[in-house]
Amino acid sequence: MVMRSRLHVPRTPARPGEAPDFSYLQLSPAGAIARPDPAAPCSQLGTLPSGLVRVLDDEHRAVGPWNPHLDPHELQLGLRHMLLTRTFDDRMVRMQRAGRLSFYMKSTGEEAVSVAAAMALQPGDMLFPAYRNQGLQVVRGQPLVALMCQLLSNTRDMCKGRQLPVMYHSVPNRLFSISGNLTTQYPQAVGWAMAAAIKGEDHIAATWTGEGSTAEADFHHALLFASVYRAPVLLNVVNNQWAISTFQGTAGGEAVSFAARGPAYGIPGLRVDGNDFLAVHAATDWAAQRARTGHGATLVELVTYRASAHSTSDDPSRYRPRDEYERWPLGDPVERLKQHLLALGEWSEERHAALQAELDATVQAAWQEAVTYGTMSDGPKLDRDLMFEDVFKEVPAHLEQQREQLRREQEL
Amino acid sequence: MAQMNMVQAINSGLDVMLGRDPTVVVLGEDVGYFGGVFRCTEGLQRKHGEHRVLDTPIAEGGIVGAAIGMGVNGLRPVAELQFADYMYPAYDQIVSELARLRYRSGGDFFAPVTVRMPCGGGIRGGQTHSQSPEVLFAHVCGIKVAMPSTPYDAKGLLVAAIEDDDPVILLEPKRLYNGPFDGDPHRPATGWQAHPGGEVPEGHYTVPFGKAQVVRSGTALTIIAYGTMVHVAEAAARAEGIDAEIIDLRSIVPLDVETICASVKKTGRCVIAHEATRFAGFGAEIATTVMEHCFWQLEAPIARVAGWDTPYPHAFEWEYFPGQARVRAALRQVMEPA
Repeated sequence: MVMRSRLHVPRTPARPGEAPDFSYLQLSPAGAIARPDPAAPCSQLGTLPSGLVRVLDDEHRAVGPWNPHLDPHELQLGLRHMLLTRTFDDRMVRMQRAGRLSFYMKSTGEEAVSVAAAMALQPGDMLFPAYRNQGLQVVRGQPLVALMCQLLSNTRDMCKGRQLPVMYHSVPNRLFSISGNLTTQYPQAVGWAMAAAIKGEDHIAATWTGEGSTAEADFHHALLFASVYRAPVLLNVVNNQWAISTFQGTAGGEAVSFAARGPAYGIPGLRVDGNDFLAVHAATDWAAQRARTGHGATLVELVTYRASAHSTSDDPSRYRPRDEYERWPLGDPVERLKQHLLALGEWSEERHAALQAELDATVQAAWQEAVTYGTMSDGPKLDRDLMFEDVFKEVPAHLEQQREQLRREQEL
Repeated sequence: MAQMNMVQAINSGLDVMLGRDPTVVVLGEDVGYFGGVFRCTEGLQRKHGEHRVLDTPIAEGGIVGAAIGMGVNGLRPVAELQFADYMYPAYDQIVSELARLRYRSGGDFFAPVTVRMPCGGGIRGGQTHSQSPEVLFAHVCGIKVAMPSTPYDAKGLLVAAIEDDDPVILLEPKRLYNGPFDGDPHRPATGWQAHPGGEVPEGHYTVPFGKAQVVRSGTALTIIAYGTMVHVAEAAARAEGIDAEIIDLRSIVPLDVETICASVKKTGRCVIAHEATRFAGFGAEIATTVMEHCFWQLEAPIARVAGWDTPYPHAFEWEYFPGQARVRAALRQVMEPA
């Protein structure tokens, strides 16, 4: 028999009309993965990149060595942040459907990835988000009105009307400006962390990207630089299974986990249940301790599922089964934390309903305020002269001339 | 004042800034222990420490990406890309990130990064060690782009770049590192010691962006050039016996439109010379600017002298290079009576 090479095309487990199939997903029982000392050398971290760090078990109890032992108040705060993120997302998509926003991207199903991580980090740590990390903005206290004004590109837009919706930032809240290009923030976060180390400061950096975007060269540059200079940085891969229509296998997730890219660069790789608030918190805390004590970067893969469309311009029913999320083995992060709090006796359905009502009202009030600063169709308008500012620190002569030309054009 | 070649002048600029400003860091391939393949960073790591003069992996995108993050965190990084020809892996970080960070964040974030890169031909570098990609940066909004023609300007522009809060691309014509090359490869090379541009102050000074230098006053025509072509133009005008006014742009972003147009209005004739390829080269931008401002003063069509629209061939380096013959032909063409 003649042996030939054959092109291997990764198989997507299920397309529309087929039954969802998550048999490819390697799971570990809650509490099954050992928690090494955060100072342990990378070579001694064993199965971390292939196992799955989980804390919440099927009875909604927190078990095992990764249990962060958060007090109920912290858990309730985490639930509030996640629920606020979800409520905000739902409302903004409705506003997009109503024609009030040009574009939106939900993080539904992935709230724990951002919220638990941001709560485990220090306020002085610098965050380099991707575009589906609105939970970071919520935890860091970005006012909802400020986020909405960015979405509306209105007179209070922090980006002065220059960015697509969801590309937020904040200097005081240490949230870096989000790029529309993928994973460019990865080497930047490493550089920020290198600078912190050069200056002898204690702050660390954290960044996020999707599993699909780990294919970009910037991802590999970042891991290499983080490894070479032992930069105090957390490199998070949000593996939500789908890069628009492309299944994670095509990004290289079929052969080996995304966390496993870390050890190849000498960086620990942690594979974590991204829908388990406690596991994300604990993994972030472990990696942050490691970074703060001079042991360098950690690559954290957060296994989750993109429950919604990629964006409001996307229709996932064209490329995946409609009921896939209902069969997702790791459940819903909000529901799981809620059930844990209920099991602890620190929450009730009544309190949950009251919280939801409060957050609905909060988001509604914020929207009513935000639109008074202008929308795409009515209200106050951004000053068009702003278009020519911030290209350079000072407006150069040729841009002054173009600004003047536009003024004349508008008067015709 | 000291005598310096362009390598020494750049080294001095980096040394002065590393000494004056603790936030300045230098990073790039081979820049640390070894001092750079062109020796521009020689001795700097030993003097200023290995935390401030960093050897990096061979990953231009990583170098510029990390430099941006450092800039956001309060440092003033100076990244060296070993050859301008190697900048393409860093192009996304330069174009989509470095150039636009201030704009996209409404002025809230910026990264004061300087990216140095040796450019141009004349050292038998073939098609991957000879390019002049300045127009690929000039076309991007939000970065300043400079190319010195002398050691004095190289140091002054470098210091200005490091102190600038906007990102700056500094293209260093490597054929000028050791002397003012006039385009004739067969003549023995001359060093910078005989050239006034080789007189370089040892301390701190700057050469501002957007201020062209009239290197020779004249009345017959205007030659607009930068980098190596400034010296080629001078030699060609001398050989032709033409009373040319020669302008060294020093930076193409920002562009000193005032100096260019004042000269062309005076002489009525204009030749533009650059080493980069001609088609959609920076000469096209200059020619249009001159046409817009000086059309009624022009006595003859504007001429462009440039590299051919081919890759830079190893075997035909001097046939490719826009040397004195190509410049002289353009001078004659522009001087022809209508």
